Amino acid sequence: MTRTFLTKAVVTASTAFALTVLPGATAAMCSGEHAPYSEAVATHGADTIAVGELHLFNRRALETPPNARNAGGFLSIYNYSSEPDRLISASSPIAERVELHTMTMENDVMRMRELEDGIELPANAQVDLEPGGLHVMFINLSQPFVEGEEVPVTLTFANGDEQEIVLPVRARTMEMPHGEGHESGDDHGSHH
Amino acid sequence: MRGLRYALWGLVGFVVIGMGAFATLSFIRSQAPDQSALYEGVDTVGGPFTLVRSDTGETVSETDFADKPMAIFFGFTYCPDVCPTTLFELATYLERLGPLADNIHPIMVTVDPERDTPEFLEQYVAAFSDDIIGLTGSREAIDEAIANYRVYARRVELDDGDYTMDHTASIFLMNTENQLVGTIAYQESPETALPKLERLARLGS
Repeated sequence: MTRTFLTKAVVTASTAFALTVLPGATAAMCSGEHAPYSEAVATHGADTIAVGELHLFNRRALETPPNARNAGGFLSIYNYSSEPDRLISASSPIAERVELHTMTMENDVMRMRELEDGIELPANAQVDLEPGGLHVMFINLSQPFVEGEEVPVTLTFANGDEQEIVLPVRARTMEMPHGEGHESGDDHGSHH
Repeated sequence: MRGLRYALWGLVGFVVIGMGAFATLSFIRSQAPDQSALYEGVDTVGGPFTLVRSDTGETVSETDFADKPMAIFFGFTYCPDVCPTTLFELATYLERLGPLADNIHPIMVTVDPERDTPEFLEQYVAAFSDDIIGLTGSREAIDEAIANYRVYARRVELDDGDYTMDHTASIFLMNTENQLVGTIAYQESPETALPKLERLARLGS
């Protein structure tokens, strides 16, 4: 009886351990000297694009209001090289100009600045371009970003690599809390 | 074999400690003060304004909105990220509040009136919600509103003659006396933002 209980406890504990610790271990494998592309795809998803030793993934943009002039684009870049690199410029046929920007919140004030020297990509590290932080800034759009469409953008890196990619446009979504009498609709919100 | 058994018992201990820490944290959190409470009206934030409604083109002042509390924030349509996010979140909350949302005036004031004409601002705001009111006006009128709401807004030149605006990102929650009773920060959790708006709506009912 005790034995069975112990076995069960051990199995449960081992499962818990596997679920909590192993994904971390898998992620840690990424920080090795160089990971094969197949491993990067397994880690970062099937949409991963390899540009030399830079792996681009989690590419996306958010839909814009009909007459928006500017919009942000986002992706993550993992530099598997032992040398640092730099994203130095970007361009797109659907924007007059594309710049690399950072956004910060200081004392509740939003400040956005162009990064004249581009975005540094340290060796063996991941850099996330995401809402509220680093982003690719599309200026004077010739058309709005529409959910389901793709925004083409060409990225140029300091090592000379140039790569055209697309950013799939997603709808804005929001996770809403449940309970407290707000059950009047469980959709994640949409302004359509 | 004995080593393995110790290792497994170690694991059990690890999990038990983890569960204990989680329970403690949950308890502490449940004892914390309500993060979504509104406060007594602060009258150093908020004041008069005379601006143009983007939907009707009418000139309006704060007295035209005195019948209900306001959820008011400052932004601009050339804003790539923060303003559309704030508009989208506010629109989503209003939808979620249902009929209660009718007790609030949701307002976006542009900090960039040179580019945000009433027509331009209206198209932008209406893309998110029919209920959110856009306000613009002359540079002087906007500057007066910015000063009275203690908002920070500054024009920053970009290359090629373009510019962007640094600005305060929070939504101000104002009671019917036009006094500040709370704020919703950029990307604040819906867990606190939604109850704040609900409380604001109840002030107006």
